Amino acid sequence: MYTTELDKSPAGQPVTIEDPELLAKFEARVAADDFIEPKDWMPEAYRRTLVRQISQHAHSEIVGMLPEGNWLTRAPSLKRKAILLAKIQDEGGHGLYLYCAAETLGTSREEMIDALHSGKAKYSTIFNYPTLNWADIGAIGWLVDGAAIMNQVPLQRTSYGPYARAMVRICKEESFHQRQGYDLLLEMVNGTPEQKAMAQDALNRWWWPALMMFGPPDENSPNTAQSLRWRIKRETNDELRQKFVDATVPQADLLGLSVPDPDLKWNEERGHYDFGEIDWAEFYAVVKGQGPVAQERMSERRAAWDDGAWVRDAADAHAAKHAARAAA
Amino acid sequence: MSDWQLWEVFIRTKGGLDHRHAGSIHAADAEMALRHARDTYTRRMEGVSVWVVRSADIVASDPGEAGELFEPAESKIYRHPTFYQLPEAVNHM
Repeated sequence: MYTTELDKSPAGQPVTIEDPELLAKFEARVAADDFIEPKDWMPEAYRRTLVRQISQHAHSEIVGMLPEGNWLTRAPSLKRKAILLAKIQDEGGHGLYLYCAAETLGTSREEMIDALHSGKAKYSTIFNYPTLNWADIGAIGWLVDGAAIMNQVPLQRTSYGPYARAMVRICKEESFHQRQGYDLLLEMVNGTPEQKAMAQDALNRWWWPALMMFGPPDENSPNTAQSLRWRIKRETNDELRQKFVDATVPQADLLGLSVPDPDLKWNEERGHYDFGEIDWAEFYAVVKGQGPVAQERMSERRAAWDDGAWVRDAADAHAAKHAARAAA
Repeated sequence: MSDWQLWEVFIRTKGGLDHRHAGSIHAADAEMALRHARDTYTRRMEGVSVWVVRSADIVASDPGEAGELFEPAESKIYRHPTFYQLPEAVNHM
């Protein structure tokens, strides 16, 4: 799973005056594709951007467990249930790798979790759409994890070492997520006409939200230039979106499903697919928390945290008791 | 509740290899740290052995002083085998 940077209003950012000599050294290192490590000097804006991006990415992994968890008890076979459970566990793991990477920048787990639960932090808009039928689980793996892979592969070379290393680990695991989703849909399109219709319905609902996962168009992405210069980002939102469309359309053809975009057409001259206009009003509404199931996701997430409080308390009590015994 | 302490995780991927740093986790005590390390970093048979160390116990060099710290080795090129040009007949040595 992945989210591109969502709340980045340069106007609201505090301005830090940096030592020009240190800044020049930093810029040179990054331009030479050197990796920046936690204790290295870095500009405050670099640190802030990374904390925001990595924590949003981590939150997306954690919230991403919810739409899938919804189907665990209704998976149609033991095999699919085991696969789904493993995928969800991976998403939790990915969230943990990323929270740790963000913590190396000086934020704490507690602060990040609080920001998520209070609604202050953003996560990928994709998870504020409901999973209505079983084929949605296939569509999420194929499209949502597919879009995540497009985004995450270049991030393995992002300039911040701990983030890059987390991405390497995540990318290794992500391919399973996409392939199991496609495999699930293959089975459905080769099943009964009703099953194939469910697969088509899932594609119809997930296609546009998946394209939105790459974030706003480049002309409305004011910090892209700086993020590219600092090698936080390696490709622009629109470049990645185009790559995704080009890779995914033939996969839809192979499933015998049609992509819900009347303007979708191969452009011989460009060597890419042309595609229709994205509904950016919908995107910004979902970013602001107006997604169809945004409230439900957050109340489920908070309930999971609160319901687990007794486990954390018990672990604390156990650790304290043993520490006291060892000291005695 | 504040965060559990941070632990660094080292994994030996198979017998004969060194433990290598894999990442970090939070845990209330050592036993839980081992369990969390297993669940977080070895879901696909990545290890045969795990070490966990409290992050606070690691002593690290200062990257700002890396230049001076490692400089003494820089001039000692005679520590490398390629420093020695031997006659052709024995240069595979």
